[in-house]
Amino acid sequence: MSTHVPGEADRAAAPAPLRPGRTLPGWVRRIAAMNETWTFGVLVLLVAFFTAARPDTFLTRYDITQIATNAAIYLVLGVGMTFVIIVAGIDLSVGSVLVLSAVLSAEYTIHHGGAGSGWGTVAVSTLIALVTGVVWGGLQGWLVAKAKVPPLIVTLGGFGAALGLAQIITGGQDPTGAVSGELQHSIGFGKLFGQIPWLVVIAFATTVVFGLVLAFTRFGRYTYAIGSNPEAARRVGIDVDRHLVKIYALTGLLSGLGSVMWLAYFGTTSIAGHSSDNLKVITAVVLGGASLFGGRGSVLGTVIGVFIPAVLTTGLIIMDVQQYWQDVAIGIVLVAAVYLDQFRRRGRERG
Amino acid sequence: MTEPLLEARKVSKRYGQVHALQGADFTVRPGEVVALIGDNGAGKSTLVKTLSGTVRPDSGQILVAGVPVELGSPLDARRHGVETVYQDLALAPDLDAAANLHLGRELYRPGLLGRLGVLDRAAMRRSAVTAFAELGVDLRDVGVPVASLSGGQRQSVAVARAVAFANRIIFMDEPTAALGVVQRGRVLETIRRVRDRGVSVVLISHNMPEVLSVADRVEVLRLGRRVAVFEAAHTSVEELVGAMTGALDPVPAEPGPTGSGPAQSSRNGSDPTGSDPTGSDPTGSDPAAPGAAGQPSAPGKPARPTPGPEDGAL
Repeated sequence: MSTHVPGEADRAAAPAPLRPGRTLPGWVRRIAAMNETWTFGVLVLLVAFFTAARPDTFLTRYDITQIATNAAIYLVLGVGMTFVIIVAGIDLSVGSVLVLSAVLSAEYTIHHGGAGSGWGTVAVSTLIALVTGVVWGGLQGWLVAKAKVPPLIVTLGGFGAALGLAQIITGGQDPTGAVSGELQHSIGFGKLFGQIPWLVVIAFATTVVFGLVLAFTRFGRYTYAIGSNPEAARRVGIDVDRHLVKIYALTGLLSGLGSVMWLAYFGTTSIAGHSSDNLKVITAVVLGGASLFGGRGSVLGTVIGVFIPAVLTTGLIIMDVQQYWQDVAIGIVLVAAVYLDQFRRRGRERG
Repeated sequence: MTEPLLEARKVSKRYGQVHALQGADFTVRPGEVVALIGDNGAGKSTLVKTLSGTVRPDSGQILVAGVPVELGSPLDARRHGVETVYQDLALAPDLDAAANLHLGRELYRPGLLGRLGVLDRAAMRRSAVTAFAELGVDLRDVGVPVASLSGGQRQSVAVARAVAFANRIIFMDEPTAALGVVQRGRVLETIRRVRDRGVSVVLISHNMPEVLSVADRVEVLRLGRRVAVFEAAHTSVEELVGAMTGALDPVPAEPGPTGSGPAQSSRNGSDPTGSDPTGSDPTGSDPAAPGAAGQPSAPGKPARPTPGPEDGAL
């Protein structure tokens, strides 16, 4: 099983985390102390392993583009979830909000030209999807921040309610003519410069923008501060409640964006297909090093966390492992990652 | 007579059945260290919270430099140059020292980036390094999360934050309670240094010798009311404890069960006071204590505690 193919594997593992030695320069030690480094190491190991096991198939037949396209929507949802988890919240509703946004925008499309509709319809239906997400998310944020209902409960309720509404509107059936052909052909199947799928471009842009916001702006700083110690944040004058509303509205917005990407790519609302999105996305964020207790996490980590299951899935498929094993594997990786992280932190922190 | 920098007049606060403050008075003068002491439940915390803007009093008046003010939030207090070092420090453990120092007062990059809310982390780091250096705090790296600092270092971060931004008064709620001997000494040294920079310090403490060693004046709270004001240089631990517990009440009705503990520690208590060169305020702003304490010219024997509210002097 662990037959080493030296060339490939070693090259892939080279930039992986090195143990912080006594004599290493400061920046190396700092990088080694970063969560992302370790998670990235796991990702590199996975890639190396599958490459070694199936050198002629992995990363060729299932090329990186395919993996990236599959991961694009989860990545967009994951970026929002990263913010929520850093403020010590949780959002179980992302998949349902995505469905509700998709259904509402599809309803508009159906009544304004259906599959043959033009860019005007695309624009309005996209706006509807985004606004639906923001409003739903903002409402949940308000319930969390002002009504003081625990986020787990608020978003669990939101999870059920949004999906229920979507089913009421559609009668439980995915409507036909839900997506404009223009949207599907341009964004769904189109590629930037004929190379990079637009889905990936959108996900990448979203990731970069919000990654920078989280890392370098006041908004990001307050997100960490509130997740770390909400009372301290309040005492220094940060409007904690308003910030929470914004954060949940942001996840809603990104769920809305995810719904547009979904419609563009799959051409259907897939009402029944998003019940486990929330868990997938939370898994990715936690794999990326975010703490469910708040205060820790990064968009970069989430990117890695999204790709670990994606690589695992692809890899197990080409190894002809029964696909249900991937859930087992992801479960084990998740728990192991968090355990190792806790272990490392306990060593670093003082009482 | 110097005008008080901060003054609470007849402040009352009720929490349900509990009458935490029953017309409490409190005075802070410019450039002094004033200790606020009292037994558990005397209302110290509540009083500090009303003065730092976290709690709104039910009635009473708060004056900053003689002007009545409304302190609706900690921000209001900060706007008046009043900072608080909370007992729990109120730090965000996942952020580094520089970020904590500037939390809520971030510095931004110049130009468009700044308008987009982009932080100037280098500038904040520099200013944090300066702030810690000024306090003589030894922090090797202001870039590590506060969670990985020792208790004393975290304390220093909280104090440095208050010092860096206070231009009038710093409240310190039990700043030494969780510290070891060396760090304790360092915090007291910091308090003196802050005072010498012209910022008044309000010290809330249980440690009587400590109070006597660093404070210029001591105000005693009991049952939600100010019951006594002392010049630190002319009082003793027994006297403070007596005022706190009510044993020295004007009518000696209760044979105060002060216990022998405090009495024993009085030697330790008065010693540092005597040897402390800053005991009597060098800035010359050593005014008559409010109320009947008067100018305590008589050495050796302490000024009598001033019993009851002394509204006339305020």
